[in-house]
This record gives sequence, structure tokens and C-alpha cells, in this order.
Amino acid sequence: MSQLFLEQLLNGVQLGMFLFLVSAGLTLVFGFMNIINLAHGSLFMIGAYAMALIGGATGSFLLALILSLPVVACAAWVIEVVIIRRLHARDHLDQVLATFALILFINEGTTMLFGRVPLFMDVPESLSGTVTLPGGVTYPLYRVAIIGAGLAVALALWLIIARTRVGMQIRAGTTNRETVEQLGVNIDRLNTLIFVVGAMFAGLAGALAGPLTSVEVGMGENLLILCFVCVVIGGIGSIRGAMLGAITVGVVDTMGRAFVPDILGRFLDPAAASGISAGLSSMSIYLLMVVVLVFRPTGLFPVARSV
Amino acid sequence: MRYTHHLPFLLACLAALLLLPLVLQATGSSYLISTATRLVVFAIAAVSLDLLIGYTGLVSFGHAAFLGVGAYTVGILSFHAYEDTTLIGLPGTLSGLVAIPLALALSALAALVVGALSLRTRGVYFIMITLSFGQMLFFLFVSLEQYGGDDGMMMFEGRNTLPLLDLNDRVSFYYFCLAWFVLFFWFCTWLVRSKFGRTLAAIKQNQDRLSSIGINAYWAKLQVFVIAGVGAGLAGALSANHTEFVSPALTHWTRSGDLMIVVILGGMGTLVGPVLGTFLFLLLEEFLPLILRGLGLGLLSEHWRFVFGPILILVVLYAKTGLYGLIFPRRD
Repeated sequence: MSQLFLEQLLNGVQLGMFLFLVSAGLTLVFGFMNIINLAHGSLFMIGAYAMALIGGATGSFLLALILSLPVVACAAWVIEVVIIRRLHARDHLDQVLATFALILFINEGTTMLFGRVPLFMDVPESLSGTVTLPGGVTYPLYRVAIIGAGLAVALALWLIIARTRVGMQIRAGTTNRETVEQLGVNIDRLNTLIFVVGAMFAGLAGALAGPLTSVEVGMGENLLILCFVCVVIGGIGSIRGAMLGAITVGVVDTMGRAFVPDILGRFLDPAAASGISAGLSSMSIYLLMVVVLVFRPTGLFPVARSV
Repeated sequence: MRYTHHLPFLLACLAALLLLPLVLQATGSSYLISTATRLVVFAIAAVSLDLLIGYTGLVSFGHAAFLGVGAYTVGILSFHAYEDTTLIGLPGTLSGLVAIPLALALSALAALVVGALSLRTRGVYFIMITLSFGQMLFFLFVSLEQYGGDDGMMMFEGRNTLPLLDLNDRVSFYYFCLAWFVLFFWFCTWLVRSKFGRTLAAIKQNQDRLSSIGINAYWAKLQVFVIAGVGAGLAGALSANHTEFVSPALTHWTRSGDLMIVVILGGMGTLVGPVLGTFLFLLLEEFLPLILRGLGLGLLSEHWRFVFGPILILVVLYAKTGLYGLIFPRRD
């Protein structure tokens, strides 16, 4: 039992890393640019497709990983220049609609290009084994690598935001955009930078997710809605909040799916338990979000904002 | 905004909707009556969403959830009537006199719970939370294995029964839905012009100012949220009767997105606009593939959303007043 528990906990953390990579961009773009971008999940999907296609063509995992990031960055740059830039002065309703329309466009375009059949790819040879963790749990190496990559990105992001000049401008811009602009910071360039970097995180998550899930149209949106929950729990605009929210959602979701049927099975008859628990476990994170919001309507780590 | 100037327009539309089945039957295209019924049913949902988005400034991204509550109420009652089983000790029924009022009551209850929690937040939080509640109900319906789970279920016993009116006849069913639509539209028109409607307009402009003159904005928002939820629940109950089929797809978040599109495409905050928007949306859905095929773009006809997406972006960016604004340009 404890073996299984630990394994599911790690699975939860690993899901949390994906969620963090996507949520980080989402929360940065919202915090700094004040834009809600539904098409952020599409960038996750573009990353996964680029990875699967380049990986399939070249046969090299590393090469595909390295090449898929610029692909995502280019896509994000085009999206920023053509559409997102025009949405700054608009209200959230316009942003939701325009980016929703963008999802329709990207999803339908992807279906036209690559069809409805999901793409599959293998875990690379060098990462395909398992490792024995302290406590005697064996765990797939690839999933350990993902947790490592997620932590590395989180650390790098924290260093950039907390310790560099650009990071200072980002923090200042999140609090008061106009003042920062008055002080001579090129906000437009910073916007593009944040959007593209955020997109690359999502693309990286998509590329890494390739070997674990089927690469198909719509994969981004399912994850995106989970990320909204993470961001709302953590507090919009806060990287720390996104990390905490992502890990919480990842763990609660995975643990819910793994153990709720068992626990309910002890109290109810098996047929009823399996029906209820399926519903309950997929709803668990939304219930969690409701609980958080009842007590903290602006999330656990609200960001100061002077607008 | 005064409504009197398009009273003739409204009456003409009503006359057209009343005569539509006769015209369709006379021209031998009575299969289109089903499309017309869909138009009327989804117009109810669109108008109800306009109360939130257009009149109160509440961008609800989970409106389709209440469609699902209404539809599943009708569907589950029909299921137990067919199986001759009970749910928590109560028998199923096909009677429209029970099913439809119950669908409205349950969607009101669902909207009350969702609204009470999500209206604690504002702005972008509200968008994300309504979206999440929509997903939550979506997964709830998916997990109802007994009622078909992911695939949904057919209503084998057919539509609800009413005294004096046979809903299985498509013309009577069309008029039945039209009657509900007219009733709901008239109610909303009255609502937005009432004192309560002015409170909503004030909330849209500046909620804090309203609170500071002693009006409870939260309570007003909750009331309008429940009213809109009931409207969507009504549309769901009618839609279940129309297709004799319910499935979680009805509550998918893209369905909520479609409803928002319809409101914007038609022109929000006008009530008439969302009806025009529904009309345009269904028209595009039916005919954009044909037009694209006619232009020799066969590939795009199957993937019409590839064309529709950019059109929508252009509308959002450059034509905010929607179809309504085209028909009734403002003379300032």
C-alpha cells in the first residue's frame, strides 16, 4: 500500500510539473499583460506535434526536443504580433472570444494537416529504464526526468524574476504598467518576450508529454482548463502560486483517481462505489478550487496590483 | 437604449416565425422545420446568456452546464419511465407537466449554487470559475454510467406528453418551443426595462458605486444568474425533447463558447442580437460548408471552423456591435 501510495504521489507531482509549465506562462501573461489567453493550450499542442513529427522524422529525441522549442516560439511570436497585441486595450470578454476563435482555427488547421488519428512516440532509449528510489520504490526514469526538468525550469524562472533586471521590470510591470512605461522601459518588447517565453514553457511541456500521452487535437484544451484551476488556486499573476497550485492539483487529481474507489468501496457496495467515485475523482480538483475560493476569493498568493 | 423603434421589426420577425412551418410545408422543405426548432431553442439559451454578458457584464463561460441540467432532468425521468424503475424512490415520468417544471427548478437550484460561489469573485476569476464549474458538471454527466456515461442516452419513449398537444408532431413541437421562446423573450424585455434592469446596468458600469449607495450588488447578480440559468435549463429541456437524446456533449465547454460567440456575433446587450446571432450561427453551420465547396475549396468545407475562426476574430476586433449594429446603426 505505501509503495503504491508513494508511486501515485510521484505521478501526481509529475502531472503537477506539466501543469506548472503551462500555468507559468498563463499566469505571467495574465499578470503582466492583463490578457487571458485561452489559446495557451494550443501552444502546448503545437509543442507536442512538433516533437512527435520531428522525432518521427529524425529518430532523435534530443534533436526533436531542441528543434521543437523554436517552432513553438515562432508560432507564439506570430500569434502575439497578429492578435494578442491588439487585445491589450480590450476587455476580458473580447480576449476570451478572440483566443477561443484562435483555438478553433489552430485545432481545425491541425486536423487538416495531420488528420484525426493520434500520433504516438516512444520514450527515448536512454531514458526508458526505471530507477529505484530510496524506500525501495521503482519508478520510470523518464518521469523522474520530467520532474527534474520541471524543477529546473521553476528554479531558472525564479532566478530570472527575482534576481535580474528584466525580472525586476516584469515584477514592476505587473504592479503598475503605466509607471514602468513612463520610466522608459519598452513595454511592447517586454510583452512579446513574456508571451514567447511563456509559450516556450507550454511547448516544452507538450514536447515532454509526447511519449506519455497520445498527441492529438484538443489535448491542449483539456490541460488548459486544469491550469486555470491551478492559477485560480494559486492567485493570478503569481509564479509561486502557480507552482503550489499545480502541485496541489496534480496530486489531488492523481490521488483521487487512484484511491477514491478503494475508500468508497469500503462503505458502499462495489457497483455504486465505482459509479460515484468516477464522478467524484474527476470532480475533486474543482471541489478543491471551490473550497479555496470560499476562503480566499483571490487565491492563495494574490499579487498586489495598483489598477 | 429604447426598444420602441424596432417594435415593427419584432412583430415582423414574430410573424415570420409563426408562418415559417406553413411556408416550409408549402414549398416541400418541411425537413427544415427541425432546423427552425433548433434555432428557437438555442435562441432561448443565447438570450439568457445576454442577460449576464450584455446587461450585467458577467462573462459566464459555463452557461452550457445549465443546458445539461435541464436536458438530463428530462432524459433521466424518461429513462426511468422506460425502464419502469425508480430514482431515490420516485418513479420516472414522461409527463411534460412534471418534467419541464422540474427541469426549470433543478437548473435554478444548480445556478443558485454555482452563482452563490462564483459571484464571490470578479473579472477574470469569474470567467475561469464558471468555466471550471461547467467542466465539473460535464464530468458529473460523463460519470453517470447508468445514463450512458460518455455516449449519452436515447429517450426511447419519445418526447414528453402533454394534454391536448402531441409533441411528437414536429409542427406542434415547433409551436410549443416558439411559445416558450416568445414568453421568455418578452419576460427578458420586461426585466431589463424594469428597476431591476437598471440595477443590472449600474452593476455593469460600476459595482462599487452601487454598493456605496446601499444596493446589494451580490444579491442582484445572484438573482440574474439564476434567471439566466433557468433560461438555459429551459433550452436544455426543450433540446432533449427535440433530439430525443441527451449527452454530456451538450455541456462541453466549447458549447459555452459557442453560446458566447452567438451573443457577440448578434450584438450583446440587445436581446434581439443574440436571436439574430443564433440565426446567423446555424446558417453558417449549415451553409458555410456548401459555400466553401461552391468556391472549389472542398478541403475547407469539412473544416469550416478553419474559416469561421478568423471571421470571428475580425468581428471581435472590428465589429463589436455585431449583426444588430448593422441592422440598427446608432444615430448619435
